[in-house]
Amino acid sequence: MSEPAAPRRRRGIGAGTLPKSMLLFAVPAVAFYAFVLVVPTLRGSVYAFTDWDGLSQTFDFVGLRNFESIFANPDAVQAIINTLVIAFVTTIAANLIGLGLALLLNSRIKSRNVLRVFFFAPAVLTPVVTAYLFKYIFAPLGPLNGLLDAIGLSALKQDWLGDADWALVAIMVVIVWQQSGYAMVIYLAGLQGVPAELLEAGAVDGAGAVRRFWSITRPMLAPAITISVMLILIHGLKVFAEVWIMTGGGPGNATNSLSTLIYKNAFQFGLFGSSIAMALILLVMVAVISAIQYRALLFQGGHK
Amino acid sequence: MNRYTWRTAVLEVVTLAIALVFAFPFYILVNLALRHANDQTSPLILTAQPTLDNFVSAWNEADLGSAILNSLMVTVLSVVIIVGISAMAAYPLVRLTWSLSRTAYWFVMVGLLLPFQVALIPLYVTIRDLGLLGTTWSLVLFYAGLQVPFSVFLYTGFLRAMPREYEEAAAVDGARPFTAFWRVVFPMMRPVTGTVVILNAIFVWNDFLTPLLYLSGSGSQTIPVALFGFVGEYAANWPIVFAGLIIGIAPILIVYFLLQKSVIQGFSGGLKG
Repeated sequence: MSEPAAPRRRRGIGAGTLPKSMLLFAVPAVAFYAFVLVVPTLRGSVYAFTDWDGLSQTFDFVGLRNFESIFANPDAVQAIINTLVIAFVTTIAANLIGLGLALLLNSRIKSRNVLRVFFFAPAVLTPVVTAYLFKYIFAPLGPLNGLLDAIGLSALKQDWLGDADWALVAIMVVIVWQQSGYAMVIYLAGLQGVPAELLEAGAVDGAGAVRRFWSITRPMLAPAITISVMLILIHGLKVFAEVWIMTGGGPGNATNSLSTLIYKNAFQFGLFGSSIAMALILLVMVAVISAIQYRALLFQGGHK
Repeated sequence: MNRYTWRTAVLEVVTLAIALVFAFPFYILVNLALRHANDQTSPLILTAQPTLDNFVSAWNEADLGSAILNSLMVTVLSVVIIVGISAMAAYPLVRLTWSLSRTAYWFVMVGLLLPFQVALIPLYVTIRDLGLLGTTWSLVLFYAGLQVPFSVFLYTGFLRAMPREYEEAAAVDGARPFTAFWRVVFPMMRPVTGTVVILNAIFVWNDFLTPLLYLSGSGSQTIPVALFGFVGEYAANWPIVFAGLIIGIAPILIVYFLLQKSVIQGFSGGLKG
């Protein structure tokens, strides 16, 4: 996402420049994008200040009432917090695990090719399927509690999805299980770009494995970190299927994400105005987070 | 440094142990799908008398065949459109130094930050008013627009690092920009096209919320929604449910294992640039 280099090297006479009319090539993409995302987002930004119910042609402006009611509503605040917690925790956990796996598989172990394919497999699975699978695993009489019994840790048994805090953890476990392989593959590709000679030179100079990782490998992984963090963070902020299937947002409304609460409020209760207001709050949060992340990674250097 | 030392052996054991933890859900999924519905032994214990009956019942009950066809159609159409419009758009956005081109680039990049939840409801109403609810076209339209920013981002990153010599040679030979793009530039972008295809295909195939909204009540369903409805009916019968889930993920897993190299390498395409 960097600026195109300002002074362009010209080769030949006029051969390097495209005619301006080539910008027409961008029209179909911009049209689809505007129809699906930009226009509805702008319209939504207006609806957020109305009492529109999604059906009627008329609506009244209600000022900030939708936003006031969101912050006065513990369920909505909880959904916002849950979304942020899910996005951040799964991003950090999946990236750490993914990086660890990538470093392990980048060694000379014999199983590395098979395991690379294996660890990535959960990332291609349909979230609906993994959500049902883990719903069963976390059930009171399910395999996880069975496993704890079998290894003599019965004291740790829980009604995982029946308890508000554990249910959120369970949802995050599913996401991390799926996304770690995603991160791993991105880091493995990044590690290919780290020249072996450089690492060997570091070893010759007496740098230990940790030092070599921190001073040589890590800076060269910066683009991989950017991509991986961005992809998993965006995934986390959107989370719907895992929550909807595993807990339905419950117990009570304790584990709703913004997507599940919006779905519930808008399409089951017709609260379109306040649902969009909630989404707008998310938009602002994403913009702020992205700006911070972009700055941080830019500052760290190595980002293209 | 290149030999298989005892340290490598330790790493091997550690990695395999982690793999075992990751494999646990897969074991439960397959183990349960293979057992008779009235088999009450613990799901941890290997099924003693495996049967394939659950797969037959799930296939017949859940109408998974037509759901797979629907998913296939939506995925192929969406990905073809996404690739076509994003690759075309990226070319002038990178190669033109015109200020309007720069503005258009940033206009599209803003889409990376727009959470789709804001657009979701107004767009739903538009699609409803256009009478497209319940059609697979509504999904194709949605994915084509939604995935433009990310796909253009991947293409522009790749194009920036790509040498201009070939396009220039084509221009010198008198090829018009349109021809030069499809004949010279687009084939050279193959690695990143692979990435765009794979990431978008997986996303579209697996998406749940959009078809839940746009296809609800209609006869045609994609795989995730078909499984959702099916499990709703057979909630207590986990062996049949799990057999259905396996059928549901089989197509994508088969493609993944057949094309594992391309799928995994595809990701490195998104890193360059």
